[in-house]
Amino acid sequence: MAIVPLERKPLTLAERSYLPGIVGGLKTTLKHLFQPNVTMEYPEQRPALPPGYRGAPTLVKDPHGREKCVSCQLCEFVCPPKAIRITPGEIPADAPTAHVEKAPKEFEIDMLRCIYCGLCQEVCPEEAIWLQNQFSLTGYTREEMVHNKQRLYELGGTLPDPHLKWDKKLAAEVAGGASH
Amino acid sequence: MATEFTFPDNAAKTAEAKRRPEPVEGLAAKPEFTTEKMSLSMGPSHPSTHGVLRLQMELDGEILTKADPVVGYLHRGDEKIAENMTYNQFVPYTDRLDYLAPLANNMAYAIAVERLAKLDIPPRLQAIRVLTAEMARVSSHLMGLGAFGIDVGAWTVFMYTFEEREKLYKLFEELTGARLTTSYSRIGGVARDLPEGWLGRVNAFCDQFLPILDEVLSLLTRNKIFMDRTVDVGVISKADALSYGLTGPNLRGSGVPLDLRKDKPYSGYEQYEFDVPVGTKGDCYDRYLVRGEEMKQSVRIIKQVIAKFPGGEWYAKDARRIFAPPKDKVLTSMEELINNFMIVTAGPQMPAGEVYFEAENPKGILGFYVVSKGGGVPWRLKIRSPSFCNLSILPKVCVGLLISDVVAILGSLDFVMGECDR
Ligand code: SF4
Ligand code: SF4
Repeated sequence: MAIVPLERKPLTLAERSYLPGIVGGLKTTLKHLFQPNVTMEYPEQRPALPPGYRGAPTLVKDPHGREKCVSCQLCEFVCPPKAIRITPGEIPADAPTAHVEKAPKEFEIDMLRCIYCGLCQEVCPEEAIWLQNQFSLTGYTREEMVHNKQRLYELGGTLPDPHLKWDKKLAAEVAGGASH
Repeated sequence: MATEFTFPDNAAKTAEAKRRPEPVEGLAAKPEFTTEKMSLSMGPSHPSTHGVLRLQMELDGEILTKADPVVGYLHRGDEKIAENMTYNQFVPYTDRLDYLAPLANNMAYAIAVERLAKLDIPPRLQAIRVLTAEMARVSSHLMGLGAFGIDVGAWTVFMYTFEEREKLYKLFEELTGARLTTSYSRIGGVARDLPEGWLGRVNAFCDQFLPILDEVLSLLTRNKIFMDRTVDVGVISKADALSYGLTGPNLRGSGVPLDLRKDKPYSGYEQYEFDVPVGTKGDCYDRYLVRGEEMKQSVRIIKQVIAKFPGGEWYAKDARRIFAPPKDKVLTSMEELINNFMIVTAGPQMPAGEVYFEAENPKGILGFYVVSKGGGVPWRLKIRSPSFCNLSILPKVCVGLLISDVVAILGSLDFVMGECDR
């Protein structure tokens, strides 16, 4: 274990004349004057966002255009500032995705409450809610900042789905039904 | 006839003066001045109070006769909030304690709860935590130094430290998905594993950082103006520092070598070699020197962690009812799906008991005292925040100094109100 007392040397006469400080400071400034810019002309230029960036939460559809959310309300439960409000709904029996049974009737995220923590994405068992790259959301009214289902799907779009769990389930059901 | 000076706007004073008996002839040779103390509020929105600290000062001319810190403007009731949510849901709130070093807070909180659950933490997870905590220390000290520079009139330093801090924030962003509100820890693990090639980028940052740090420090360390403002200003003696509960660089600046990373190692800090810099005088200049040197030591630790980065799991293996199952399992297995629901809704299951854990954060010792009656929600959570204790010395150290010295002292104490008020 090393404890090092920090040394403090008194200033020399030259240093006390302020001159080395001024010259040294100017030298550093001059050196940096000829280095490339580190700032960015936002919003004309935009920063490159790394994968996994936590922007605004959005709802996504699977590659077949089916809405992935099954309104299990787990994200609503976990959201620490309680920004999410879901009204569950049934999928009509004659719809092609009737075997999924449930989808949200209403899905609202209050972006004035959301803290972009990503817990909703983390807990969602359907990978239906994703925090994507949208990081500057503004609006003129409070109502505008409460994202409804339509807006959430607009922002979310479609993401690839490596599992397609419900298609597999349907296929298994059909195969099971055929074998009976 | 004695000339009596009264403030023109002070009617009461004038009236009082009138009531006084006429001075005896001959005794009035010396003019009598009645001066008055002035009270002045610095903050809660003042550029040099770094957030929403209010200093209620009493001035005699420009000399302080009293300084009372008034805290609480940023109080959000975090401790009470914690009682109403599961352990993992509270992680985003720890970001908002010391918001200049959220990764270090995340880690301190997670370790506290893990000690309660008596979890076995795999070496890779420990290494990730040490690494992120040290990066947080560097970024916090960069900000602290830069702001200190501004406080005493050295703007340029802030620009350079901010540029470096920005590079660190890019790395944080890549790791956690957010620059400031990292929310990286989970009970028994972290939110996600390290991205591909990230360690290499951290290493590259460290290599280019050291020369720049030297350059930045050289702007201040031997600078006459800076030294005039800081040397022998705000001296805190060893005894005072200890009795006021100062921790972190402020305590070490006064010459007390208390560093929990050495004295009560956690998360595998005992494996790494580093020095604990201590000051000799306890003035603002010493606190500055300590921060500068600590950044170098942090870089030393980071390099050691990267050099022997352990493989293996990045979450506690035995944490079946605590750490949520991975996503692909949730999507393919019914049992894991149910487990996911259980952990999220009931919270990570903790045994009944209580634990106090304190970590050496950039600002000082951050302690979490968790009382559990079992289940997924803490029964009581107490946060010991270093900034709160560090600020308590202000009334003692400011008296007899000039207002401009107070600005230097505030800068050198490097506090964060998010954590002080919590
Ligand atoms: S988004 Fe996910 S977690 Fe939220 S209700 Fe839909 S399926 Fe459940
Ligand atoms: S990101 Fe966090 S705060 Fe925002 S909706 Fe999701 S869980 Fe709620």
